Amino acid sequence: MKGLNTLLGTAGLAVFLALGEAVPRLGLVKADYFPPTSRIARALGTELADGAFWSALGDTLTGWAVGLAVAVGAGVAAGVVVSVVPHLRQATASTVEFLRPIPSVALIPLAILLYGTELRSVLLLVVYAAFWQVLIQVMYGVQDVDPVAEETARSYGLGAWARVRHVLWPTALPYVMTGVRLAAAVALILTITAELVIGAPGLGQQIAIAQASQAVPDMYALIVVTGLLGLVINVGARSVERRALAWHQSVRGEVAV
Amino acid sequence: MNLAKGRSMLDVRGLNKVYDGSGRRVEAVRDLTFTVPAGELVCLVGPSGCGKTTLLKCMGGLLAPTGGEVLLEDRKVTGPPPGMAFVFQEYGRSLFPWMRVGENVELPLKQKRLGRERRKELVADALGSVGLADAAGAYPWQLSGGMQQRVAIARALAYEPRVLLMDEPFAAVDAQTRADLEDLVRGLWRERGITILFVTHDIDEAVYLGQRVIVLSASPTVVQEQLKVDLPDDRDQLHTRVAPRFAELRTHVYEQIQAAKRGVPRGEDPV
Repeated sequence: MKGLNTLLGTAGLAVFLALGEAVPRLGLVKADYFPPTSRIARALGTELADGAFWSALGDTLTGWAVGLAVAVGAGVAAGVVVSVVPHLRQATASTVEFLRPIPSVALIPLAILLYGTELRSVLLLVVYAAFWQVLIQVMYGVQDVDPVAEETARSYGLGAWARVRHVLWPTALPYVMTGVRLAAAVALILTITAELVIGAPGLGQQIAIAQASQAVPDMYALIVVTGLLGLVINVGARSVERRALAWHQSVRGEVAV
Repeated sequence: MNLAKGRSMLDVRGLNKVYDGSGRRVEAVRDLTFTVPAGELVCLVGPSGCGKTTLLKCMGGLLAPTGGEVLLEDRKVTGPPPGMAFVFQEYGRSLFPWMRVGENVELPLKQKRLGRERRKELVADALGSVGLADAAGAYPWQLSGGMQQRVAIARALAYEPRVLLMDEPFAAVDAQTRADLEDLVRGLWRERGITILFVTHDIDEAVYLGQRVIVLSASPTVVQEQLKVDLPDDRDQLHTRVAPRFAELRTHVYEQIQAAKRGVPRGEDPV
């Protein structure tokens, strides 16, 4: 079954790439703006041989990783504190609901005012967008603590910190993982957006340059790279999730007893 | 352990618990007074919804009583005391699914700041006592319900409590497993001399296990009757349950519970 799925997946991709080759060549769309697959592949090959490409990729990955790390750290810490301290959740709920829907891209002018085209501009946008994803999931996760598990821990003399570590954190972990996976995707989108719009160094900036200099196949090649990056990030996040949650129902599946 | 026999281990004095929530005032426990001597196995039975769990949580220091007090070895219980262990009915939720069996049993010992060697010893001994010596590396959810409850019992044993509080521990397992677990509890009690307070809604179970049965009234709860179970100490599922005396005792407890449900105070027909 798995082999068949792989086969179908590969076949589907091959058909897609073949269409991408055929449609511009048949003159159905303008090849200037929609170059055939082979030309995009060639442009990708040239990019891969270019040092500027690799340094742009490094910049993008740095912005993504640092922003994600800050957002996850802050989101987890804030989520736990807000949920654990009495009344804090109720007191902050309205503010969170107000701040959360603000699109991160609306902060672009602010980022430029504050930091110009530095990495910090990218980080501001990435952290703002990814932070809420983590915070909300952590807050749901902390709510999910089983009262029986909590009472068990209390009856065996586990103090507040030990209960956070051994009961609250493992309970919240599946939610945290979901939050991190969502945040990882959002962080990539915002990194590219910031580079593209603000002109901070990275793949986004390269895409803008390619567009401005009419290097259309290169532009497509760079877009393909961002897509592949997203794919790798998602697969990576899922495998980390599976490892960390081996004990969880969603991962362990049905166990024969 | 025998030195301590006869001294009072647990004292419940005038215990009262009122739940005051969202405009509804519920008096779950009205006025409970009873004593459990060291080394005794006492069963608490009562009609369903009579506040058995509330009582047990107050005794375990998990709930603060509204009035009255609970004393463990003459010291007032204000929070979960170190000398007490709790076995919950919901074993599946009480064991942590993210920890292996051995880690579940070991966690409370880490909190007690015992050394690694001592912890290993206690975990192995406790798991051995419940017949799960080779399950330490499994996750709780890989085990059957009866085995999971054995793990919960092992966790309590490893904690080396002087008092074991059990809240309807076998209500969720099948009849055969239940019989095995009942014998396990009696065996461990005789072997280790722990004081056990066993809450159940099952009259047969109460009479089969206990040296004494405390019958609680319907809510708001008071002690309906205390009954000494004068069956021999050597009990087994086959013979004890068909003994004429067993039938008399269970009939008596049954009548008391029926009376409790109707709200008749205390028994008129002593055995």
